[in-house]
Amino acid sequence: MTLFANFLYGRLTPQAFQHNPIEMSVGIGTLIAGAAIITLLTYYKKWRWLWFDWLTSVDHKKIGIMYFVMSSAMLFKALVEASMMRAHQVVSVGDSFGFLETSHYQQLFSAHGTAMIFFVATGFVFGLINYFIPLQIGARDVAFPFLNSLSFWMFAAGSVTLIVSLSIGNFSGAGWSGYPPLSGIEENPGVGIDYWLWSIQLSGAGTLLSGVNFLVTIYKMRCPGMTMMRMPLFVWSVLVSLVLIVFAFPILTATAALLSLDRTFGTHFFTPDFGGNPMLYINLFWAWGHPEVYILMMPAFGMFSEFIPVFCKKRLFGYTSMVWALIAITVLSFLVWLHHFFTMGAGPGVNAFFGFMTMIIAIPTGVKIFNWLFTMYDGKVTLASPMVWFIGFVAIFSLGGMYGVLMSVAPVDFQVHNSLFLIAHFHSMLVGGVLFGLFAGLTYWFPKMFGFKLNDKLGDWAAFCWIFGFLVAFTPLYILGLMGATRRMDHYDASTGWQPLFIVAAIGLVIVFMGVGLQCLQLLVSFRDRKKNRDTTGDPWDGRTLEWSLSSPPPFYNFAVIPEVHERDPFWAEKQKGLSSKKPVYEAIHMPKNTPLGLYIGVFSFFFGFAAVWYIVWLAVVSAVGVVACLIVRLMDRHTETFITPEEIERIEKECRA
Amino acid sequence: MRHKPKLLLLAGLLLSVAIAALLYVFTHDVAVLNPAGEIGHKQHRLLLVSSYLMLLIVIPTVILTFCISWKYRESNHKTTYRPNWDFSLLAESIWWTIPFVLMAILGVITWRACHELDPFKPIVSDKKPLTIQAVALKWKWLFIYPDLGIATVNYLPFPEKTPLHFEITSDGPMNSFWIPKLGGQIYAMAGMKSELNLIANQEGSYRGCSANLSGEGFSGMVFTAESLSEGNFDNWTRTAMISTNRLNLQSYNELAEPSQYNGQAVYRLGDGGLFDQIIMKYMTPQGTP
Repeated sequence: MTLFANFLYGRLTPQAFQHNPIEMSVGIGTLIAGAAIITLLTYYKKWRWLWFDWLTSVDHKKIGIMYFVMSSAMLFKALVEASMMRAHQVVSVGDSFGFLETSHYQQLFSAHGTAMIFFVATGFVFGLINYFIPLQIGARDVAFPFLNSLSFWMFAAGSVTLIVSLSIGNFSGAGWSGYPPLSGIEENPGVGIDYWLWSIQLSGAGTLLSGVNFLVTIYKMRCPGMTMMRMPLFVWSVLVSLVLIVFAFPILTATAALLSLDRTFGTHFFTPDFGGNPMLYINLFWAWGHPEVYILMMPAFGMFSEFIPVFCKKRLFGYTSMVWALIAITVLSFLVWLHHFFTMGAGPGVNAFFGFMTMIIAIPTGVKIFNWLFTMYDGKVTLASPMVWFIGFVAIFSLGGMYGVLMSVAPVDFQVHNSLFLIAHFHSMLVGGVLFGLFAGLTYWFPKMFGFKLNDKLGDWAAFCWIFGFLVAFTPLYILGLMGATRRMDHYDASTGWQPLFIVAAIGLVIVFMGVGLQCLQLLVSFRDRKKNRDTTGDPWDGRTLEWSLSSPPPFYNFAVIPEVHERDPFWAEKQKGLSSKKPVYEAIHMPKNTPLGLYIGVFSFFFGFAAVWYIVWLAVVSAVGVVACLIVRLMDRHTETFITPEEIERIEKECRA
Repeated sequence: MRHKPKLLLLAGLLLSVAIAALLYVFTHDVAVLNPAGEIGHKQHRLLLVSSYLMLLIVIPTVILTFCISWKYRESNHKTTYRPNWDFSLLAESIWWTIPFVLMAILGVITWRACHELDPFKPIVSDKKPLTIQAVALKWKWLFIYPDLGIATVNYLPFPEKTPLHFEITSDGPMNSFWIPKLGGQIYAMAGMKSELNLIANQEGSYRGCSANLSGEGFSGMVFTAESLSEGNFDNWTRTAMISTNRLNLQSYNELAEPSQYNGQAVYRLGDGGLFDQIIMKYMTPQGTP
């Protein structure tokens, strides 16, 4: 009987569902949210709409929006985790050990890091890439529409793996970087590390596939006349970050696979004995990990380069210089990984080399900031809320960047490595840089995606709360780090005198939450006033690039007639010349058909990962067969495209422009 | 909100946080900024020099951001408006070269500092250095004084103004050995020996910890580094040497069992080669003698 149960459930036992009350409440909360969504969908009879319009869609715009939905949910989850950690650190001092068990606290910071990097930042970035790259290069779709849907569902499978670990078993407690031997089978025999590995493995596969897809899209599908040096800077920034993805993500896949082999099949790649070496893991992890930071950062740079010229009514300053700065960052980002572990005992020459390489990255980054400032110079600046985010970004990012350069001086890093100083530094870059950029970009492009503008006033106040809250939450961490407080610490002595600073940091987080609340309110109010804020022209900001020449939201085929480009800022130039009123001649368009196969493969991949976590062999075999079967079905299908007749295009265009 | 109040509010928020932070730092004992040893002093000086160098660019940039967005507001009709002005060779050369020059200066400073403050480099002093072997256990620190025949747990006494030569390893997950008041850290890794050289310039009691996550008891891996006068250290050594606790391989294995938030303990060292044995455990496949 036990043998059979073993076969059926692997190492999944009823104990996996038992948690302490706090963990339980999180799991139950997730279930209630899920149930509420299902009820609403059923009540409003929206299941068909959900299935045919969204889940099976291969339209890059819809996939983009699905990324936003997934990432917003993960952002909320990760923010809740952050607040639990901060609250725990406020009270876990001296004789009190706080309200979280250590193992739970360690899962919280591991899940927070994993979620923020892999599912929030990556998800938002890919959402915007999906929606706007084809529009900006004048294409009707991406190069491989089915692959795009598949990538999204792999990403979703990774997120679901992380969420499931809340209720069934537990998540990793070894940090988002999962260094062995702590993440090895000897130190951590449970399922946590495996959940972590499979959640990054699945989403990493999705990111890599997406990377290839959009790289080909940018190289091959630009409209006539759009040479490389006429591409909008967002496209450039995405292009270089895709190059990084294609080079870096295979390293992550291989490293995670090796660690899985160590854990599941008893190999010794990263163990300290049997000839293995944990230092190998740390090198490989950061050989992916550092480029990853720029993979997220550069698209945010691209967004700033898009909306600053619009809100300053001026051409982007130093376009060529900006492009070369991006390329310089791309090359350099592969030469700096060792700065994550100056303290591992490399010689002074090695440390100095990687330190210097790291400093050099500050130069092209600085150049970008100066070029943005000079775009404003002699312009007409409107401080719409994206610009408020931008000013917050400059302040937080340049100070955070300065501390980054500081840490590239290896002997200084010896004194702040792995301390809260480091935490404050990289949050300055990822929140002040990436997240602020994403919020600004989302505000700027919102009318294009949904057909109405966001409320500007509430947007401003949300930005103020985020900027101020961030400063109040993270400035104390810089100081705490210099006082000797380390990251991932869940208890400290009263004699350290750190408690007041932790309290201030927690207050900062409350202010950030007010910002989040205002953002939700902003969405609601703007939705309520959507009739008043409707964007009928498709060009609410007096935009410069091709996406603004379309209706808001654009029809599913994007361009009724593929545009021809003669210079940078093509739409602006066209407006200067006066828009032609000549009636366009439509030709039939072929577009990809919807398919649920990407979703199916995502589901099978999730179950494969789940089976691998719990050692359920039959489920792993079934899921693997399922994935292969879906791929075969897709490959045999010869009818993946449909035609849209010129009459239909004319009808849709009329409707969109009405 | 209108243009001007927005900028004023932003600038006010930034300034108030900056002032509060500076006030706090100058009125409190911040370990890294107020070190008690030669190495820590040098690292602190390096931190300041690099910060000043970079503030030369950062502060003007932030101020420039506010000034430009103030001056070129849309409602200000007195400024020039050149919608197609998008290149200036002079401006581009300035912001490519000036940061490069600064980074080159910082690069030279870094190269020198990396060699001068190499953790493996012995400290020059007329006093004979004291060798201390540190072992990161689950979850406490074991300190072995091989020359004195003493071992301690979570307590690290040493004489002031004497170079300390640490040999560091781990018996389990990776840790990082850090005494913020004395100077920078280095990883403790199983099967490997890393080295760190520190010195305390004055008497005092300093907090030491592990800076790298090593599992459940990680936060409790705190130890007291106590810098004593030579007389006091000799007294302590004499009492420690007659301790009834003996540390040999057997009692070590008991000590190495996982435990959290350990108190301090003192042992008489029964086995001079213990540290090497701990490292060698990982050199042979597990299960073989």
